[in-house]
Parts: sequence; C-alpha cells; structure tokens
Amino acid sequence: MDINFVIEKFVLVTALFAISLVIAMYSTYAERKVAAFLQDRLGPDRAGPFGILQPLADGLKMFMKEEIIPSHASKWLFMVGPGLAMLCACIGTAVIPWGQDLNVDGRIIPLQVTDINVGVLYIFGVVSLGVYGVMIGGWASNNKYSLLSAIRAASQNISYEVAMGLSIIALLLVTNSLSLREIVEQQHEWRWNVLYQPLGFLIFMVCSFAETNRAPFDLPECETELIGGYHTEYSSMKLGFYLFAEYINMFVSSAVMATLYFGGYNYPGMEWVATQVGPIAAPLIGTAVLFLKIFMFIFFFMWVRWTIPRFRYDQLMNLGWKGLIPLAIANIVITGIVIAVKNF
Amino acid sequence: MESLSNKKKVLEQKPLNFAERMYLPAIVKGLGTTMSHFFKKSATVRYPEVEREFSINWRGMHSLKRDEEGRERCTACGLCALSCPAEAITMIAAERKPEEKELYREEKYAAVYEINMLRCIFCGLCEEACPKEAIYLDGPIVPSDYLRKDFIYGKDKLVEAPLEVK
Repeated sequence: MDINFVIEKFVLVTALFAISLVIAMYSTYAERKVAAFLQDRLGPDRAGPFGILQPLADGLKMFMKEEIIPSHASKWLFMVGPGLAMLCACIGTAVIPWGQDLNVDGRIIPLQVTDINVGVLYIFGVVSLGVYGVMIGGWASNNKYSLLSAIRAASQNISYEVAMGLSIIALLLVTNSLSLREIVEQQHEWRWNVLYQPLGFLIFMVCSFAETNRAPFDLPECETELIGGYHTEYSSMKLGFYLFAEYINMFVSSAVMATLYFGGYNYPGMEWVATQVGPIAAPLIGTAVLFLKIFMFIFFFMWVRWTIPRFRYDQLMNLGWKGLIPLAIANIVITGIVIAVKNF
Repeated sequence: MESLSNKKKVLEQKPLNFAERMYLPAIVKGLGTTMSHFFKKSATVRYPEVEREFSINWRGMHSLKRDEEGRERCTACGLCALSCPAEAITMIAAERKPEEKELYREEKYAAVYEINMLRCIFCGLCEEACPKEAIYLDGPIVPSDYLRKDFIYGKDKLVEAPLEVK
C-alpha cells in the first residue's frame, strides 16, 4: 500500500465527514426555512443575512446548555446512545460512489471510499444498526415514555426494513450486482433504475421515510403522545447529536435513493458534456449533479413533513405489513417474469 | 325528532374506495396544496425594521402636545389621571413663573408627569378627558425594555419635541 493511497482515502473520508456534518447542519436551517415558506412565513432571518448563521447559533446554544444525566438512568448506555446514533449515521456514506474516477496526472482516484461488492448489504446493515442508538437511548433513560418510543422505533424499523429489502431484491434482479459502483455505472446517461422499477422506488422511498423516523412516520418522536420520545431525558449536545443524526440519516438515505434509482452521478447528455469540458471537470460536474439530486430528495423529505399528518400506529403497521410487503413481493414476481420473458 | 331549521345534513360515511385507500392521490394533492403556498407572499412583517400600517384611530404611545407657539398645553388639572381606569397616570402640578411664559400656556403646569406603560391599557380615556387637548395616543408602539422602572415614562419621553422656528 503506497502512501498516496492512504492520503487519498484520508482526505476523502475527512471531506465526506465534513460534508455530511455541514449538510446536516444546514438541513436544520433548510427545514425551518422550508417549513416557513410552506406556511406563508419567513423563517429564521435574524442571524446573519437571511439567517444563514442560524445553525451556528443553534449549535452554540446546544453546547452551552446544561447537561443533565438523570440519576436513575443507566449512565454508560445513556452516554453511548447518541454517539452510536451519530456513528451509524456517518458511516453510511463510505460505500456511495460520489463521482466518476478522477484522473490526475495519470493517477486514477476513485471518488468512493470503498467499493465493496456487497455495498447494498452494507447500507442495509448500517441503516438497521441506526435503530440501536434510539433503542439504547430510550432504554437507558429509564423513563416510560422513552422506552415506549424506543419500542416503537424498533418495531417500525424492523417492519419497514422487510419491505425495503424486498423492494431492493427487485432492483437487484435488474442490476445483477450488489456493488453500488456497478449499479451506478449501469445507469449511464438516462438509463436510470427508476424507469425500470417505479413501484420499487416508491416502496423504497416510503420505507426510507420510516427508517429515518421522518414524518409522516415520526412516531418515535411524537410530542403529543410521548413528550419528546426517546430523547425526552436528553439535554445539551447529546440531544443535539440525536437531532443531528436524524438529518445525517436523511442525507445518507437521499444519497442512497439517488444512487440506486436516480442514476447517481449520471445525467442525460453527460457524454457530450465530457467531450466539451475535458476529463478533469466532467467527473466533478457529475458529483455536482449527484448532490443536486440529493438536495432535491432532502427537500422532498421536508416538503412531505410539512404536508402529511402523522400516521396512527395501527395505520403504520397496516401500511407496512399489509400494504408494502405484498406490493414489494408482487413487484419481485412481476420483475422476475419480465426478465425471464426477455431472456427467453 | 324533526329538525325545525331544516339545515341538518345527515352525512353518510362511505367506505374508502381503492384510490382513497392507496393514500397516494390524496398525498399528491396535499403536496400540491403546500407547494402552492411555497410561492405565496409571506404574511410576516419584519417588525422592528418594518411596521405594519395602523388604522387612523389606532392608539399607541402618548404624547403631550404643545400649542401653536410651542408652549406645553397641559395644565395639570388631573382629569386624565382621574379618568384612567388603570391608574397609570400621575403628576405634580406647579405654578408658572412670569419668565416661563413661553414654556407653558396656562398659569399652572405639570412639573412632573408620569405614565406607567405597564399599567396603561391604551383605552384612550385620558385623551377623551383632557379639556386642553394636551394628550393624544398618537405615538408608535411602546418599545419593550428590561426593567420595570424604565416603563415609567416621564415628561422627557412624553412631551412633543419643540416647534422648529424657520
């Protein structure tokens, strides 16, 4: 292993970490702005021009707040919870291909931390680990509302992971690969998977709303029933970590959706653009396109949050088990039949 | 029993049809509704920088008026204080000295005139009670402050600025 490789990866990992944090930070600002615009308001506009310093002010507030660990809480787990939520949220970005290979002086630098051949499974593993942060936090708080919320989060995530996995299987039938890099490469130009798997995409998207605990599936945090949900007892930056992890999760799942279904860094006419701007700039434009797609998804997450009221718990379970799972299985069957007929 | 007004409507609860059970059409419609609001003009007024327009009979901060020669009109009769339902007004009267003729219109004037803005309910009765047309609630919104004592407005804040001689 040469030293350049280590430096490349180190820079990439650091950049990704910083980017996810900054995007999560500004997602909190964007969320408030989007909420305001959708409700005919202005949103935060006092800190800096248009309020763009608001996330810094919020962060500072979080750090300055008194930190309370309840005396009846399990201290070790109470502290581990937010860290785990944050960790699981951050490591998801590792397998996502952020752009085509950069060619710098004959040296090929992939814009992906690691191209493991089971990238999709890795994403799934990380996403399902994410619920541990919530569960441990809810359990360690030793508070009945937190515990109820943790149970809700766990059962919700398990229910929707099934449908999510099934929707992915149909996608894998189309792509024949578990490597995210290969999946993206196959979607060259306009051959995006969403055109072949519209139903699968719909199921995947609904499930990722549930997995990230976003409205209308934000039952673990519903204030009206569970006070604050699993983070009722949390204060200061520990609470901040939980809220932050939610936004990072949103970023990662937007990236996954863009990668799996919306062609990642591919866009119509990319070949023509590549001949125009040269080999250095073309991959960077692809990366910009990917980020544009991610931001569109993040906006969609927020748009939905401020449109649809929260599901009732039985409706949530009905939708998951009786609606999405049969639909996903039907999707697999139809996809399988179509592929078999085409190859016949 | 029969309805007298004949306005009663019996609503029939129909089971949801397939499209309604799918949620999606309703969700798309809802997303359209919220998006239409995204581009609407915001109803917010950025208050300290921008003030909303008030109606002409809006009652704001009090001001003690001067007459056309720039003399204070108030004669410290105390009718405003008497009429005040919130007991917000108090004053100390004094006799005008001959050399103060340009300052005060009447022989008696208010040496101290205080309105407690925390007590005031902006009903405008002081304005109505005043026989000298000396007090009007035609000012801006009373600004916020940190200490109770700072809400007691004396003559320094209430009396109109003197007329400018051109």
